[in-house]
Amino acid sequence: MNANNDQYVLQTRNLSVYYGDFKAVTDVNINIPRNKITAIIGPSGCGKSTLLRAFNRMNELVPGSRVEGEVLFNGQNLYAKDVDPVEVRHRIGMVFQKPNPFPKSIYENVAWGARIHGYRGNMDELVERCLVQAALWDEVKDILHRSGLALSGGQQQRLCIARAIAVQPEVILMDEPASALDPIATLKIEELMQELKKSYTIVIVTHNMQQAARVSDYTAMMMLVDEHSRSGTVIEFDETHKIFTRPSDKRTEDYVTGRFG
Amino acid sequence: MSRPNIFEDNLPTRQKTASVWQLIFLSATVVGIIFLSTLLINILNSSFGYVALEARVPPETLAVNGVPLEELPKEELVRLLQEHLSSGAFNKLENEKPFEKRSRSEVYDLVISRIVKYKVVESWNLFESLFRADEIRARVAEEFPEAELRFMSWLTVDTIRRPQSSEALLAGMRTAILGSLWTIVITIIVAFPLGVSAAIYLEEYAQDNWINRLIRTNINNLAGVPSIIYGMLGLAIFVRSLEKLTSGAVFGLVDPTTANGRTILSAALTLALLILPLIIINAQEAIRAVPQSLRRASLGLGATKWQTVWWHVLPNALPGILTGTILAVSRAIGETAPLVVVGASTAITFDPTSPFSKFTTLPIQIYQWTARPQGEWRHLAAAAIIVLLTLLLTLNATAILLRNRFTKRF
Repeated sequence: MNANNDQYVLQTRNLSVYYGDFKAVTDVNINIPRNKITAIIGPSGCGKSTLLRAFNRMNELVPGSRVEGEVLFNGQNLYAKDVDPVEVRHRIGMVFQKPNPFPKSIYENVAWGARIHGYRGNMDELVERCLVQAALWDEVKDILHRSGLALSGGQQQRLCIARAIAVQPEVILMDEPASALDPIATLKIEELMQELKKSYTIVIVTHNMQQAARVSDYTAMMMLVDEHSRSGTVIEFDETHKIFTRPSDKRTEDYVTGRFG
Repeated sequence: MSRPNIFEDNLPTRQKTASVWQLIFLSATVVGIIFLSTLLINILNSSFGYVALEARVPPETLAVNGVPLEELPKEELVRLLQEHLSSGAFNKLENEKPFEKRSRSEVYDLVISRIVKYKVVESWNLFESLFRADEIRARVAEEFPEAELRFMSWLTVDTIRRPQSSEALLAGMRTAILGSLWTIVITIIVAFPLGVSAAIYLEEYAQDNWINRLIRTNINNLAGVPSIIYGMLGLAIFVRSLEKLTSGAVFGLVDPTTANGRTILSAALTLALLILPLIIINAQEAIRAVPQSLRRASLGLGATKWQTVWWHVLPNALPGILTGTILAVSRAIGETAPLVVVGASTAITFDPTSPFSKFTTLPIQIYQWTARPQGEWRHLAAAAIIVLLTLLLTLNATAILLRNRFTKRF
């Protein structure tokens, strides 16, 4: 392992993602640094979520999807023949746009993932630790055996984060995790992300540029390749303050200043 | 100054249309309820009523020392049998089951069936019996002076408990009820796991290619195939080709009275085949209704496909799968035509004891009873229909309770 691999947890090499004949994402080359928050921003339909899902092979759930190029995780290609997507998703977790807790108890929501991976430690401790890390423990410690669906939207999303970290991933992918939440719940999630980046690498897709500017260390700006194409690509990838203050690409500048389109 | 009105003033018309449609929907429901009530009333009407009975030996003449027949002790009843039956017939009864071991009521039944020998000369429905009792009495007195007029319920514990018989008054539905239960249990055991497994494969694993589309279309079509076709299929496959299996020969369990694989097992397999498409379609619907977000949540944690299906898809689809299965099983329990083709026996007096027994089922029994020319069998058939409906409701209630248990968890 060279120095590069230590610094970057995820690297893409000419990554293109297809749904059947449709090329949704074209030639992406970015390096995602470890223990940082990387935001992916851009207009609707430019392939942000598709790119995010390519990082843990969730795009494969769509029939007919395939990728070209490579995604290196700690230097190893995730799409190599001998790599099991189930193991990939264990190491690279995901939080979805709409909170989707299992219709089970709060406790089970957190414990289930660890259990299926054969967790050998003390389950009660693990559940508590994950809920504490997800800043949810104080609110639910007395109702652990109530349904996860009985919580509010913001609590449900934090439960989903607790569930994701219970299987000890290295990376957490978040697909617009706060877009279905009110501003207060959103703020909580953002604070939580700052805590989580001490232990995890976070990649977040967001529509909200203020959010990207507030929470992320790095930003990938995605855009359609050109006016006639429906395929998106990363046009600029840099530290967040540079993207928002001194973008090198004219299109990025137009977008972040609100002059887009 | 008013704003220019660009809309037609049509609210009253729209409201009127709405209420007309509401009325149409209401009357559709009412028509349905009327049909159902007519059916129920009709069945109840036939299940109770007056019968005129003629006895070969009137029971009054069998009184001993002034004690009427109904109150005689068992020993006296045995003596009566000995007196009135030929010694051969009496010994035969003794050999079947010694009289010491028979209860008093069993012996009493024997006296009624072997000596008194009631015969139904005329029977009436419930409404006739209630509203035209005087007329009936007058008619019986005039036409059948010997006959005894009795108000009778055709549905009694006895009719449920007794086996089939060639005498309407002695016939019961025990063999048919047991046959139905045996058949339906085996049908469920075979069809439920097969159907649900197939549905899981088609929904969760099968790719969307032309072969799988062809399979799906054909399953939908199979659900609409007339049941008698399944009967012919069952006859060809289970009764004829797999005779060794369905008659129990491969297990060394051949019932000497069983002929040619026409067994409970053949019937159950045929019915399983019949309801398999229904179960598959309903289970597919239920599995499809499980939100995709749940599968993604599970797979996103690094669960395998199987773990996702077993822990999340199936538990959430189970209420729907059970509902579909209830519908399918309700259909199977009432099926008659395929069982006639497969070779249900119509009159067996012994209980089915294994999947390799000859069998009859309630619908077969009802069909056969209604086909007889004597009026009394119609009453018995009506009673059997009540039993069939009750059986069906019990099964459904059990399944609904099960379903609610699964649903309530969260």
